[in-house]
Amino acid sequence: MLATVIGFLYQFADTFAFLILSSVGLAIIFGMMGVINLAHGEFIMCGAYVTVLTARAGLPLPLAMVLGALTAGIIGMLIEYFVIRRLYTRLFDSIVATWAISLIATQGMLIVVGPSIEGLKTPFGSFDLAGLSFSWYRILLPVIALLILGGIYWLFMKTPFGVRARATIQNPSMARALGVDTDRVYALTFGLGAALAGLTGALYAPTMTTVPTMGSAFIVQSFVTVVVGGADVLLGAAPAAAVLAFIQSVLTASYGQLIGQVGLLLTVIVVVRVLPKGISGWMLRGSN
Amino acid sequence: MNWLSRFNGPQTLGEGGVFWSLFVVTVIVLATVPLYAEFFIVNNLAYFLLWTFMALGLSLIWGHAGILSFGQTAFFGLAGYGYGVISINLGDAHGLTWVAFVGALILPTLLAAVVGYFMFYGGVRDVFVGIVTLSITLVMETFMAQTAGPEWAIGTARLNGFNGMSGMPPLTIPWFGDDSIMLDGNPFYWFVLALVVVVYLALRWLVNSRFGNVLVAIRENPDRAEMLGYNVRLYQLAVFTIGGTLAGISGVLYTTWGSYITPSAMGLTAAALPIVWTAAGGRKDITTTLVATVFLLWVSQTLAVKGAQYALVLMGVLLLVVVLLAPDGLVLLVVRGIGRVFRRGQPAGSNNGAL
Repeated sequence: MLATVIGFLYQFADTFAFLILSSVGLAIIFGMMGVINLAHGEFIMCGAYVTVLTARAGLPLPLAMVLGALTAGIIGMLIEYFVIRRLYTRLFDSIVATWAISLIATQGMLIVVGPSIEGLKTPFGSFDLAGLSFSWYRILLPVIALLILGGIYWLFMKTPFGVRARATIQNPSMARALGVDTDRVYALTFGLGAALAGLTGALYAPTMTTVPTMGSAFIVQSFVTVVVGGADVLLGAAPAAAVLAFIQSVLTASYGQLIGQVGLLLTVIVVVRVLPKGISGWMLRGSN
Repeated sequence: MNWLSRFNGPQTLGEGGVFWSLFVVTVIVLATVPLYAEFFIVNNLAYFLLWTFMALGLSLIWGHAGILSFGQTAFFGLAGYGYGVISINLGDAHGLTWVAFVGALILPTLLAAVVGYFMFYGGVRDVFVGIVTLSITLVMETFMAQTAGPEWAIGTARLNGFNGMSGMPPLTIPWFGDDSIMLDGNPFYWFVLALVVVVYLALRWLVNSRFGNVLVAIRENPDRAEMLGYNVRLYQLAVFTIGGTLAGISGVLYTTWGSYITPSAMGLTAAALPIVWTAAGGRKDITTTLVATVFLLWVSQTLAVKGAQYALVLMGVLLLVVVLLAPDGLVLLVVRGIGRVFRRGQPAGSNNGAL
């Protein structure tokens, strides 16, 4: 009994961390700019590759991870400057453009680095509890996920940048009239989203094989979390991830991985039918 | 030319004698290709043409109705697997493959209707439609990729996981006696070509009908269309379902063409290609979409000799260029460029819409 409960909690925390981490970069870009970044998975892939390559070249793992996130962030800002900025008035086209970037990045990586590179070992080892073996690293990930959510909350609620960013989403022309450089806010936001995606790739790099198409392992989960979270991303992400992680872990524990995945998708379709504005829309239903 | 007016209208480019003469000449040239060209060329042409249904469907729902679906490959794959399962179980005697053909088109039509109902009647709009449809196709890919074991079989048809299904019979027409005509090689090509012509004309009629005009009204402003008394959701559901059926036609034909279908046909890369073709074609017109699709497939295949990655990188670059520099699509850009050369000396803009 104890083993079942602990095993379930572990599974739940692991899925929760995966959903939060895979969706947070996408959620920020979508919430602040309305752009669905279909190259999200490729920023994750970029973070993972930089981490693996620099760590194997001798850089300490935490530093390699930071470097992976920074690289993804810088590439994100460049893409914002050269592509996304030109398409702000054409939302659909900006989404299609990010898909083009995704295609170029995935297939370009295949050409440049080949189908796969040697990965990293998962650090910290494992421990036994109630007859089950658990990985320390996998316990750490949910903690990091929560720290990142806290950090984002602090950034957008307590700093001058956050005030400007929130002013820009609420009313871009008014924000400009009050002297906010909205172009810079958009560039920084897109860069931040890309960097967080890169960090996700960096964090998961030691646990999975590094291949050019690895981004697609994250993309469904990230979409699902953002859709269920709904319009207010900062508010919606954590409850959405918690609900989805619970459903997926219950189904996975009882019926296996596949039913867990299918259940996740069915949940989304039902949520979309019942709460088109997602969980955050439901939480805020009284305020508008 | 009066009966032609049904196929002309504000929602399609190309009308009048020159365009339709060109249309007839193109069809005749394509239909006679097997008489003088090698089989290799005919087989490739059939391959290029069979994909156009999915692109035409996307042009209809994205370009005309403003619904951005990223998951047309879900319907493509479902139809392909559907044909495989039904035809392997029924066999190819007595024209039973046509039962498989029709059955394989009913499946994606139903899926599109169900998904469309949940989305449009649930108030899912704009980019969320793209996310939901893309998620569906990716989940279907994941699902099919893990059906490797012998327990994953429907009747006698093994699903075969990541390697995909193969060995389904081609379409056959029962003939006198025991012989039946197999639709592969040249007959298959003629069948696909005839289907392209029929679907193209049917879509031209559809988008210029009252239905098509309402779709454009919804694309331009859904709220206004609703205020004017149109049942926006019903129109969206109907057009999304038609798009699903069209993607299904491509799926069935693809499966019979190569006698195989794999889960990667529903993956992220596969899902991007219809978007590339339709965007490059300018998406709001079915003629330009048709031309762009065949042209880009030819380019991809030519490049793929060096490896599929190169062709896909080029498709990505092309999509980026089209979105940034030529939102009306490449075909119109080229046609207008040619028009400008011919009409040099006339005031600019006098050739708008002429094709």
